[in-house]
Amino acid sequence: MFKKDAEIINSLGIHARPASMIVKLASSFDSKVELEKNNVKVNAKSIMGVLMLASEQGDKVTIIAEGKDEKEAVESLVELIEIRKFDEE
Amino acid sequence: MKNKIFRGTPASPSIAIGKSFVYSPKQIVLSSLAERKDAAEEIALFEKARNMALRQLRNLRVELKKASDPVSSKLIDVQMLFLQDPLFLNSVEKRIRSGKKSAEEAIINFSESLEKDFQDIPNSYIAERYLDVKDIVGRLLKNLREEETDDALGSYGDIMIAESFTASTVLQMSKAGVGGLIAERGGRTSHFAILAEALNISAVVGVNGVTEEIESGDEVIVDGISGVIVINPDEDTKRRFERKKEEADAIQKKFLEQKDLPATTIDGYSIDISANIELPIELPFIKKFGAKGVGLLRTEFLFLTSENVPDEKEQYDFYLKVAESAYPDYVIMRTLDLGGDKIFKTKVQEENPFLGWRGVRFTLANEKIFKDQLRAMLRVSSKGNVRILIPMVSQLEEIVRVKKIVEEIKAELKKEGIAYDENIEIGAMVEVPSVPLMADFFSEIVDFFSIGTNDLTQYTLAVDRGNKNISSLFDQLDPAVITLMEMTVQKAHHNNKWVGVCGDVASDIVAIPLLIGMEMDELSLPPSFIPQIKNIIRGLSLKECKELLGSAKKKRSASEVRKFLKEEMLNRFPSLKNILVEVEDG
Repeated sequence: MFKKDAEIINSLGIHARPASMIVKLASSFDSKVELEKNNVKVNAKSIMGVLMLASEQGDKVTIIAEGKDEKEAVESLVELIEIRKFDEE
Repeated sequence: MKNKIFRGTPASPSIAIGKSFVYSPKQIVLSSLAERKDAAEEIALFEKARNMALRQLRNLRVELKKASDPVSSKLIDVQMLFLQDPLFLNSVEKRIRSGKKSAEEAIINFSESLEKDFQDIPNSYIAERYLDVKDIVGRLLKNLREEETDDALGSYGDIMIAESFTASTVLQMSKAGVGGLIAERGGRTSHFAILAEALNISAVVGVNGVTEEIESGDEVIVDGISGVIVINPDEDTKRRFERKKEEADAIQKKFLEQKDLPATTIDGYSIDISANIELPIELPFIKKFGAKGVGLLRTEFLFLTSENVPDEKEQYDFYLKVAESAYPDYVIMRTLDLGGDKIFKTKVQEENPFLGWRGVRFTLANEKIFKDQLRAMLRVSSKGNVRILIPMVSQLEEIVRVKKIVEEIKAELKKEGIAYDENIEIGAMVEVPSVPLMADFFSEIVDFFSIGTNDLTQYTLAVDRGNKNISSLFDQLDPAVITLMEMTVQKAHHNNKWVGVCGDVASDIVAIPLLIGMEMDELSLPPSFIPQIKNIIRGLSLKECKELLGSAKKKRSASEVRKFLKEEMLNRFPSLKNILVEVEDG
């Protein structure tokens, strides 16, 4: 298992478009990928799950992956959230 | 039970009688569920319905892109992701296999459990996505029940019932020839209601609790003229409504045939009748219903359905399309009329939002958003058929500041060599009573006025129409509101400025003689009302309208005004009887 924290930086938080970006990216890995915020854990490959996490700017989420490409999965999701900021800004 | 009657808001003036289908129920009535087959078969059924839904959405997305509706097509993407969500697929499958449920029941079950989760989400934009889930659930249930084609939804003549509809769903239902729709939520200005009206689907909205009272397969009458719904009518009631439907259809047909005749009174007074438009898919209705251009282009949908504030380019594409569709007639584009809470989703909270940071008060404080919008509007104005309308004006200073910004943008465009209309007209919405009261001064700095009667009534009478305890006090024909409207026209005309009306009053038949009597220059209304209102204007004279206005002004209350005008109009237009008089209950 591999995990890492990421802070939501884009101003609108994880709304529909960022959520769909997370889902598409997470689904491209074989590992099981989850997001966790305030002890709530959701499947990162599920749009409903990711939306229900209702993450806003400033929130910290933990990305947890388990499987043969777990490290790569976590790193690319952190990049999407913190560095690319969902290609918004 | 026979003849069960409900009342709601009439949203599309025609009558439909047909077999009901509960599209997206609040709570499903279990007795109406299909019988369960074995698990493998139920899963196959679910897969078939799901694949069909994916194809329907793909076709819809192509169509919306063609109609230059990038925003709605983005929302379709989200719906498609929902349909492929592992959480959704696994739990439906689990419910079918170990929960021994039918595919239908499993979907409903899942949707109900999801609703609770979504309700707890504090972010309103995300919480609203639950409506997308509901829409998908409805689509799946419908696909499970019947053979569907890939780009139509529903069956010919059916009455669809839901908690709420999305605009794109209504578009697809119209392709299938659906006869009517009933919704628990929404009002006359909800997107889906506007579309239903323009597509000639009869509709009654805001019918609380109705999805729990109708079972799929019940016979239902939808009277979009009076707002009455009858579930399982007896023979006598059905006959009465069939007759009313025939008469109403015949009148509407006659109106539509004459849609391109001018709105000129018997004694030669002419008035422009234009259309209120908001969605790209409404653009064909300008010509279809004989409108003279667009008297009110609402721009809020661009901002509400988008996740980010739309940039200049996105707005430019849409405005250009509208300006081209209306050409050579004009388009009046209203700048953003929203509260700060809607733009920043969760961050702004106000105790009195209606008296708060909305319309021009918000845009002046957020110059980047305002400038992008004004620039996009100016850039499509080069053919000279664009006008700009500013909402929620209450002070002279606001117009001064808006005009200064417009001049700055003009200078930028000139420097960049981009064409625009140097003489573009800038107008103020008349919603706050301070504008009519100060109209002498406003007339010196605006090019025109547009009266938004809903807000003018709300702010004049201090009545929130949505508050059930006081909503009976709300009437746009209140003598105080009539006085303010007339005051605006007199002061504007004195300064050679023109005045239009873009509120509900412009489509209220009994109000027409008053507006003509005041010598209004323009009326803007929902497209499908236009043929009828033009027909009525052609049957009136300016002289009698002035007399009617004079008598109406002597009345002491809105109900006296209404009663008087209704009688007068029925004397002149006996064929309006079915439209003006509500049918008595069965």
